[in-house]
Amino acid sequence: MSGEVPTKKIRVLIAKPGLDGHDRGAKVIASALRDRGFEVIYTGLHQTPEMIVEAAVQEDVDAIGLSILSGAHMALFPKVKRLLDEAGLSHVLLTGGGIIPAEDARALEAQGFAKLFGPGTPTSEVCEYIERAVRERSSAEPA
Amino acid sequence: MVERAEGDLLERFARGERTACARLITLAEARDPRFASLYDRLAARTGHAHRVGLTGPPGAGKSSVVDQLLRYWREADLGKIGVVAVDPSSPFSGGALLGDRVRMSSRLGDPQVFIRSMASRDAHGGLAHASVEACDVLDAWGAERVLLETVGVGQVEYEVSRVCDTTVVVLHPGSGDSVQAMKAGLLELAHVFAINKDDQPGGERLAADLEEMLELRSDLVRERALLGWKPPVLRVSAREGRGIDALANAIDAHRRELERQGAFAEVRRERKAAHVRALVESALHARFFGSGRGRGELGEELERGLDAGEGPYALAARLVARIAGEEPQR
Repeated sequence: MSGEVPTKKIRVLIAKPGLDGHDRGAKVIASALRDRGFEVIYTGLHQTPEMIVEAAVQEDVDAIGLSILSGAHMALFPKVKRLLDEAGLSHVLLTGGGIIPAEDARALEAQGFAKLFGPGTPTSEVCEYIERAVRERSSAEPA
Repeated sequence: MVERAEGDLLERFARGERTACARLITLAEARDPRFASLYDRLAARTGHAHRVGLTGPPGAGKSSVVDQLLRYWREADLGKIGVVAVDPSSPFSGGALLGDRVRMSSRLGDPQVFIRSMASRDAHGGLAHASVEACDVLDAWGAERVLLETVGVGQVEYEVSRVCDTTVVVLHPGSGDSVQAMKAGLLELAHVFAINKDDQPGGERLAADLEEMLELRSDLVRERALLGWKPPVLRVSAREGRGIDALANAIDAHRRELERQGAFAEVRRERKAAHVRALVESALHARFFGSGRGRGELGEELERGLDAGEGPYALAARLVARIAGEEPQR
């Protein structure tokens, strides 16, 4: 108990839903967020939507970043959103990235997803976006 | 979207809502001013859970051992379990990569298990400043057992032994010989030794080595731990799930022994006292020195003393006298 200034760190869950086994992108984003001062909870590969939402509940995160390369995003992403709402966590910023065609991204954003990022996005852009979006949301929310 | 007031938070917590449990821990971590009164109202409901600390060098497999213990105790249906897993914060960015959940997957989806990852932030000694509060929140949530896993980077992470009833030191055949363990102060610290990764060569030797060392230093070990409690050295393999039953049973046996000797309540009492002392220290520091140069009620006085070339000890004594409201001694 040394410090005394109230501090609220931004906590982000980085998860890989589904079956693809490539988590390099997820790890790059997780490290970039950490280097920017975020607390990143990394859950590893092969997460079901249920596992992701349960982790988000326990960790009380401000944002979730889903990484997907398998093409199953239209099956998995909406399910995460639905379970998140059911768990009472509709205030959590839900974003993601990977191989997601533009029209799918638009459809998901219409369902309540925040911005989705494609390959080649600079990590700084992702970090800045999450930071800004979380701060905007938390200013609307007391605690 | 609509966030609820604090009273409501406690109500939701009392109903067992996991989001409320999670939010209470967040408030503790954030040093939110509202947490103090919430915590005091929870404190009456704490003190039931057996608090078990797990420490050891990096790579010893602490998270995997925790995962296997979760599995064992939950399969035996022995009540709720809370886990607080601390990972280091980067001293450069203040950020953290919390990866303990990767290894704790065997009881995912079990509503009787609650796992919280925590960054050490500015705390030292292998824990985070809100680890104790998080354990208490999980205790009040109704956990029978709360497992607290330390950062695992330093040699001495004795802080955990001060805030837990039972301390398990997890080692592995690659973590050095018993001299390393002695150097790190682990002999006095551990109530139970778990030699993990016993599927690799070297486990038997490390175990024998430790046993011998414990025998040689039995005076010191007995004094530190319970009267007559000899820390068992257990070989386990979290990967193969081997030896976990013996480890879980040893941890439970230590609790029973604490209770039998009437030490369980005493340990708790001393822990609460230590917690209050730490809170006082922190509040005093905040009040008198603020958070930066020249801040707080005595910050300026301190700067003036230094400018005047006053000796550090004399200056400190004078400031303490001021705090205590005493006349300066001449």
